[in-house]
Amino acid sequence: MSKKLRIATTSLAGCFGCHMSLLDIDERLFPLLDLIEFDRSPLTDIKHCGPCDIGLIEGGICNAENVHVLHEFRKNCKILIAIGSCAITGGLPAQRNHLDLGSCLTEVYLTEPGLAHGHIPNDPELPLPLDKVHPLHEVVKIDYFIPGCPPSGDAIWKFLTDLIAGRTPELGHGLIKYD
Amino acid sequence: MSDTFQLDGASVPFEPGQTVMQAALAAGHYIPHLCYHPEFKPHGSCKLCTVKVGGRTAASCTMPAEVGLNVESNIEEMNGLRRTLVQMLFAEGNHFCPSCEKSGNCMLQALGYDLEVHTAGFRHLYPDRPVDASHPDILLDFNRCILCELCVRASSEVDGKNVFALSGRGITKHLIVNAESGLLKDTDIALTDKAMQVCPVGVILPKRVGFSVPIGKRRYDQRPISAQALDDAPRQADASGSCAACEGTP
Repeated sequence: MSKKLRIATTSLAGCFGCHMSLLDIDERLFPLLDLIEFDRSPLTDIKHCGPCDIGLIEGGICNAENVHVLHEFRKNCKILIAIGSCAITGGLPAQRNHLDLGSCLTEVYLTEPGLAHGHIPNDPELPLPLDKVHPLHEVVKIDYFIPGCPPSGDAIWKFLTDLIAGRTPELGHGLIKYD
Repeated sequence: MSDTFQLDGASVPFEPGQTVMQAALAAGHYIPHLCYHPEFKPHGSCKLCTVKVGGRTAASCTMPAEVGLNVESNIEEMNGLRRTLVQMLFAEGNHFCPSCEKSGNCMLQALGYDLEVHTAGFRHLYPDRPVDASHPDILLDFNRCILCELCVRASSEVDGKNVFALSGRGITKHLIVNAESGLLKDTDIALTDKAMQVCPVGVILPKRVGFSVPIGKRRYDQRPISAQALDDAPRQADASGSCAACEGTP
């Protein structure tokens, strides 16, 4: 192969479970690294995304910083993949979507027992939370989706190797999971 | 020699009065479906079973079988429409599979798997649908309701209780409980009712048994729904009515 594909990854409103699952492809990481190299990723600690072939994004969009990072990925990645339930449906963080954000913050930081003298965090460095949590495809165009909470290492391996080989990625029974 | 119609190029025999779906399942041909249940009168609401007949689309669960029909089901055009329907159902309710105890036994999820639905695609509605945990033995989680009316039909036709009904129209249509308080605890529903066994998703759940079968060892974890639906359908030779789709029944 002439040139390695460049891949960026990030976790937005996620739990890094999908990244753990990516590492769960275990020794297949070695053949994978013959084909790809990592750009911005928690694995490389590169802070910003350069031009890439594939962007893998875990987690949904719950605050202003998530939106900026997602746009950076969309701008730089030829192919953008939403990985995991949160990126695809909003997932666990989206379970607050039917509640009012103000009352959530009030209950968590002010009125809930055990947080006496608490206050709603207001440091200017903290990104502002969005009114609702959104899946990625509601903010930018997403090219592919790998469902699962998290998708198994086998599912990620099958999907990436299909894609890298130029096949239409398919998961099939046993690999496609929503839970 | 019984009459036949064509389904995806195969000859399917049928008895007078059978629908395309009934004849197809009885002859061992799977047509994807969600609100259809072999023990109940067809409802025709989910449209997952839509097939192409003579160039037009029709719900195969309500379409009467006729001699010489040319039915196309397992074609990309129909499967594409089915995929969209499944996506719309996922976007309309709150189907959070990672926390659902029906995961692995859910027909909606299994159809999504079978049709390779990777995303709901549409904008999620995130409706506000509080659960009803009032009953000591039964939980109602309305977030997952797909309005198939199977519980309504089972409660009225088999249990004779009319515990459930649909109320409202269009996007505000929703499942209600037939009690003045609106709460399940004020009905005469029982764990042994047919209505407890027919929910294709995770709305009507017996309490305290949710994870007795672990995730990964459940019905549709074993084999895809397309390979199992035929087990549930009454055969012409054995129309005993026993139904593997109904949990808790032999």
